[in-house]
Amino acid sequence: MTVSATARPEHGFRLSQLIYDTRYRSTTIQVVAMFAFMLAVGWVVNNAIQNLEALGKSFSFSFLFSTSGYDVNQRLLEYSSQSTHGRAAILGILNTLVLALVGCITATILGVLAGVARLSKNWIVARLMTVYVEGFRNVPVLLWIIVITAMVNESMPSPRDYRGVETGAFVFTNRGFYFPEALFSHGLGDLDLGLFKVSLDLMAIIAVLAAGIYAAKRIGRAADVKQAETGVRPRVFWYRVAAIFLPTIALLLFLGFHIGYPELAGFNFKGGTFLRDSFIGLWLALSLYTGAFIAENVRAGIQAVSKGQTEAAYALGLRPSRTMKLVILPQAMRVIVPPLISQYLNLTKNTSLAIAVGYMDATGTLGGITLNQTGREMETLLLLMGFYLIISLSISFVMNVYNERMKLRER
Amino acid sequence: MRTTYAIGAITIAGFAAGVASAATLDDVKSAGELKCGVSTGLAGFSSPDADGKWQGFDVEFCRAVAAAVLGDPDKVKFVPTTGKTRFTALASGEVDVLARNTTWTFSRDTDLGFEFVGVNYYDGQGFMVPASLGVTSAKELSGATVCIQTGTTTELNLADYFRANGMEYEPVPIETNAEAQQKYLSEACDAYTTDRSGLAATRATFETPSDHVLLPEIISKEPLGPLVRHGDNEWGDIVRWTLNALISAEELGVTKANAEEMAASSENPEIRRLLGVEGDLGAMIGLDPKWALWAIQANGNYGELFNKNIGPDSPIGLDRGLNALWTDGGILYSPPFR
Repeated sequence: MTVSATARPEHGFRLSQLIYDTRYRSTTIQVVAMFAFMLAVGWVVNNAIQNLEALGKSFSFSFLFSTSGYDVNQRLLEYSSQSTHGRAAILGILNTLVLALVGCITATILGVLAGVARLSKNWIVARLMTVYVEGFRNVPVLLWIIVITAMVNESMPSPRDYRGVETGAFVFTNRGFYFPEALFSHGLGDLDLGLFKVSLDLMAIIAVLAAGIYAAKRIGRAADVKQAETGVRPRVFWYRVAAIFLPTIALLLFLGFHIGYPELAGFNFKGGTFLRDSFIGLWLALSLYTGAFIAENVRAGIQAVSKGQTEAAYALGLRPSRTMKLVILPQAMRVIVPPLISQYLNLTKNTSLAIAVGYMDATGTLGGITLNQTGREMETLLLLMGFYLIISLSISFVMNVYNERMKLRER
Repeated sequence: MRTTYAIGAITIAGFAAGVASAATLDDVKSAGELKCGVSTGLAGFSSPDADGKWQGFDVEFCRAVAAAVLGDPDKVKFVPTTGKTRFTALASGEVDVLARNTTWTFSRDTDLGFEFVGVNYYDGQGFMVPASLGVTSAKELSGATVCIQTGTTTELNLADYFRANGMEYEPVPIETNAEAQQKYLSEACDAYTTDRSGLAATRATFETPSDHVLLPEIISKEPLGPLVRHGDNEWGDIVRWTLNALISAEELGVTKANAEEMAASSENPEIRRLLGVEGDLGAMIGLDPKWALWAIQANGNYGELFNKNIGPDSPIGLDRGLNALWTDGGILYSPPFR
């Protein structure tokens, strides 16, 4: 019974066992592979250090704390040419994130609409969507970015052309679009957190709105309880509306809310919310481009759902739009979400093309001007790669959590 | 055991890669061509003509260096670089010399690890605006949108100038001169700022140059010159003295046309040393005795290069100004050839 155990050699461990004994072999191979990998990494790092030394360059991140000396046009934080390179990098990172966020949202909306429409029975709609999808998928995104920004630059009037013209609340110029902005005549000011400032007005509005929504939910739940007890559902709709809106409106009145309009002053419009031409070009191009890919994902997802599901839904008397919304899309999501993750990643990484139209994203500030003014290619690019890595992994993580929840539950 | 050999070989290769960058002259000679970094397109300084042949002031300096080193002005490979990529191209050895309207600054000379071999154009930063704007001074530009090439000294000067004068502006960063031109002409920016030579060159390519004015303010010193990597002093000497040879040639009256004849008949000892008929200046920098003669014969002396490409007779129409010889009231001055 224990033949193999007794047949085992009596003497102790020999070195050759590391190679010939199957118990150890796989571990040996992995250890050797690990050492080889570390040596390779070590050589690359050593080579880089030696070459930097040969060029008379040191490796240091201290430049991040020195004065940058340049200006950036889109600022979500306070920044001037006297700020540090590090702050300019953060500024660029925020600009990247804003672009990626709005881009992902619009790309998803566009993609879902186009994907559904491409399967439409309406011949024209379906063909138009084919043209859109194929047109955007098969032309490099950089060209779309440049073309769309150039269209804004070339087709819109310059601010100068508005001199002596009644402009109104919305102004479209070749430097960007101006919209009315929310202003508070006796606002609460800003909370200075050292690195950046937080608008207390915005915080207060969000807090009151959240409290209102919570209250509305409680009223709804109370109604549910009453309905369960008595069978009659009390009419609470208006109470819920009031719970959300009345406190918010009261707060807005208290803060002295009014709308600010853009006005031509000097060379440019002042006031209002400003969407820069480069931002519009990038936003549109990235959304349309990624939207075309998402449309294909959506189409694939819908076609992956068995035809029987549609027929069953029709047999129950559901209209096509409700069938799509309630039966097909929820099932299609399982197929759509995994490739959707990589589309979000693509869009985020493609924001690095922003410098082509002069949008100051992280590649523009840290990997562009800072790199140039300080000459620290190695350090800035390492930082930049780290940044994109972190962003991509975060998006992946969040979307994978979502995917876990959408997955078919097998019992 | 085999692993040890491999690691040894890799280590040696690593060291070799570290020191390989030292002897640029040998690299250029063995490659049989000079790799010269130029701008991606600035009329008069460096831009490809209708036949795709590179033309311009900086381009012809590259040709002069190639002629001095290899004896043939056409043995140049031009590498177009943007304001952003130029230093990386030079540092990594992608180019042997950078002749690209690059301002000689302290940090570039020291911290970036480059060596400026001299100044081939004394410039200053200016502003160009459409004449219809009615602006006559840079001091009136508060609130303006300004197009600016990123990664340049002009970008920093612009920030300093507006801050010092308590004015605001909106920078529109762009990568190349061509993009700046498109943005400026479509009025996406009110003003375009760069070196005045660059502004003049850009304006010369407009359909109606007279619709655009250069504002009188010069807000910075921009000594533009060729540069090489720090640490290879022999190569630096060669490029430096090629530039000096072109300047001295103008001073001594040696031109493309008469260089051969001067070499044969001139009695002036400095001309004789310069053209390699007396002394052994060529050998001192590891080149043929006729190196300077070839460099001058490539496209002419400094004055000829200037007049042909960017001078008053060219479409760019720049005055000699500071760039005149010291004997003519300018500040162009070559150390003596002896």
